[in-house]
Amino acid sequence: MYGFPLQPEQASTLSVEMDYLYYFLTALTIFFAGLIFATVFYFAIKYRRRDKDEVPPQYEGNLKLELTWTIIPSLICVLIFVWSAHVFMRASTPPPSATEIFVVGKQWMWKVQHPEGPREINTLHVPVHEPIKLTMTSEDVIHDFGVPAFRMKRDVVPGMYSTEWFEATKTGEFHLFCDQFCGMGHSHMVGTIVVLSHEDYARWLASQLNAKPMSVTGERLFGQLGCNECHTPEGKPGVPPLQGLYGTEVKLQNGKTVTADDAYLRESILGPEAIVGYPPNMPTYQGQMNEEEVLQLIAYIKSFGPPGERKATKQ
Amino acid sequence: MSAVAVEVEAPTMPEVHYLNADYGWRSWLFTTDHKRIAWLYLFAITGFFAVGGLMATLMRLNLVEPTGALMEPASYNKLFTAHGLIMIFFFLAPSIPTVLGNFLIPIMIGARDVAFPKLNLLSWYIFMLAGSVFMFSVIRGGVDTGWTLYTPLSTTYANGNVLSAAVGIFISGFSSILTGLNFMVTIHKMRAPRMTWFRLPLFIWALYATSVIFVLAMPVIAITLALIALERIFHVGIFDPALGGDPILFQHLFWFFGHPEVYILILPSMGVVSELVAAGCRKRVFGYSFVAFSSVSIAAISFMVWGHHMFLTGQSVYAGFVFSALSFAVAIPSAIKVFNWTATMHKASVSYDTPMLYAIGFIGLFTIGGLTGLFLASLGTDVHLHDTYFVVAHFHYVMVGGAIMGYLGGMHLWWPKMTGKLYPEAWARFACLLVFAGFNLTFGPQFILGYLGMPRRYAVYPAEFQVLNVMSSAGASILALGYLIPLIYFTWSAFKGPVAGPNPWGAKGLEWTIPSPPPTNNFDETPVVEEAYAYGPEEAHVG
Repeated sequence: MYGFPLQPEQASTLSVEMDYLYYFLTALTIFFAGLIFATVFYFAIKYRRRDKDEVPPQYEGNLKLELTWTIIPSLICVLIFVWSAHVFMRASTPPPSATEIFVVGKQWMWKVQHPEGPREINTLHVPVHEPIKLTMTSEDVIHDFGVPAFRMKRDVVPGMYSTEWFEATKTGEFHLFCDQFCGMGHSHMVGTIVVLSHEDYARWLASQLNAKPMSVTGERLFGQLGCNECHTPEGKPGVPPLQGLYGTEVKLQNGKTVTADDAYLRESILGPEAIVGYPPNMPTYQGQMNEEEVLQLIAYIKSFGPPGERKATKQ
Repeated sequence: MSAVAVEVEAPTMPEVHYLNADYGWRSWLFTTDHKRIAWLYLFAITGFFAVGGLMATLMRLNLVEPTGALMEPASYNKLFTAHGLIMIFFFLAPSIPTVLGNFLIPIMIGARDVAFPKLNLLSWYIFMLAGSVFMFSVIRGGVDTGWTLYTPLSTTYANGNVLSAAVGIFISGFSSILTGLNFMVTIHKMRAPRMTWFRLPLFIWALYATSVIFVLAMPVIAITLALIALERIFHVGIFDPALGGDPILFQHLFWFFGHPEVYILILPSMGVVSELVAAGCRKRVFGYSFVAFSSVSIAAISFMVWGHHMFLTGQSVYAGFVFSALSFAVAIPSAIKVFNWTATMHKASVSYDTPMLYAIGFIGLFTIGGLTGLFLASLGTDVHLHDTYFVVAHFHYVMVGGAIMGYLGGMHLWWPKMTGKLYPEAWARFACLLVFAGFNLTFGPQFILGYLGMPRRYAVYPAEFQVLNVMSSAGASILALGYLIPLIYFTWSAFKGPVAGPNPWGAKGLEWTIPSPPPTNNFDETPVVEEAYAYGPEEAHVG
């Protein structure tokens, strides 16, 4: 690395795309600022006041000029808008094949859970050249999970799941910053993204000896919290089945139809909304578990097969 | 050399004017003269500027070392919160409207005072009450939420004096609303005969637009602060999801106020720059009606762009598209202004006196501030730049490089009118140069810091960012000196400065037709209205 970098490392697929847009905007800024500065200086020198009582000739504006410098910048803005909206759309749409990893922000640390089980604090190990989708929430205030080398950043908001994704293009260690002011320890809420080759990542996963898959931990919670008393594998009358629920459309009694995704499952566990055809019997679990446990429970529910047959998860 | 246009007779000062018409503290604290109220505000906001500036200096000192050279993060967090709130609510927002606006609006439109002189004084008292309550919260230990007061940090988690600070800001809103109302009525109803809208100085257009924003935006922040208080005291679930609230709702409310607020800060300064350019070029501002309407359209569009602060909150991508497009739309009128000011200098008689130097400085810094705004309005680059030092640099280029340069330029242009005295031109040019150089050294490196990824509001940071931070801190010390020098020479000038005479700049406009300092009722007889920028030998036609 040379002495005075002007941009962070390009370590993700998106970083390259975003940098092109940035270079274009920088060039545009230099061009227009340069144009204004040069004109101002030129006029200031050429038309400097030569006599204390000098009064220059007066003239009105010029409609053609006004239209020119309204329309040209507008067209440039349209170009930037389209280009940047395209980049943003890419940054906001995780590829369907992405591996999911779960992040919970908490004053003032990052807690990471891999579906395979390993849990980390302020560190995230990921394999290179593989799209990774982060599903994130917060235990307390709003945080923000930002990785400059990946040109990636997204608020981590309590009470909801936000997602972001990246595909690392080089191995190494990269800064992770909390970018949303979150109280006293904000500037200490930093961490490291460790990008490993596929072999190293497999080795790292294997080295996490005590790690149980999230769905297994979720299954234990399912029993501890008494979920299994009503949500039995066979199904009970008046209780909506969980088998095959994930990803389907659910009709709520308030008339809305929602997709049973992570966010819906979270809402349903913490503050159940009545579903069409079922009595609203389920109590709220708000305050009885933390966000990491909610994620484990969701992982367990997602692991169910199609209706009727609940797979016993391997211990 | 002195800026004084050579006058045939030596410049004179009237024997009785608004400053010496009455004596004693009562004559000041109970005055209803808009010119004296301007002075009351000037003293108050200069104090707030000094406090806010001192805080900035301490912050920059702390950031010289990656581990924090001076203080713990807890103190640093309180400093930047107080710095932001003081500068925005107690210095920038009131600066040009309440000092220059109060002094000039009635004079520029040919009136004897504002429409409601007693309300004007009341606004100052409300402002001082607000400032006192806010400073009380700072002295009691401060607030550590950032000026944006994001929930649920501010309602549930922060331990600082959120409530007393919120009460201070809540009260200050009423001062702004009353001032805005007063100005609007004044501009509508008090214009001298034949002073049509298109003969108004552009400064009046800008302040009219600002007043509209005052009246429409300040109630929103007042309501939002009241909701914070409700949740903090009574635990009513509004914003905290643990209580059933929505934290993002706060951001919608806050930025619906907050973005127009940004234009409260910059529009008046744009108005001042139009006057500086006209006086400094002795020329009617090029494209008068375009500049006038750009102020109005900025005010209107400013209410529709709040979502660009929230691209990364989980707001719908399509909402992001709309807010991004509207944010580009608000850039166009600002660009139109810059082009028109530049065009005004064409075939002009460009003065090198301090007010024009500030105007040129403003055009340069505001251009950079505006263009770097495009990076943040762009959805794609905002992902990377959001909440980094790039944002800090961008808004300081607009707020400090723009708003404060305009304010200082205006103070230099109208100082001779306010006091009847001249300031030392050489010192003023030197200070202007220091401000310009110091400013760029302070905030220029922060653009790079931001792109490198340094988050804002960090009390400590990775060592690789140190070089740029040291540059920034070095610039801040030059900037501080640049701000200190005018304080000294203005004070000197008020007592010992040479007599200015009614029109030291050879400028046009009603304010230059009356003595300096003006008499208490401004005009002895209803003024004959000439067009605002009637520089030519024959009157130019007015559109």
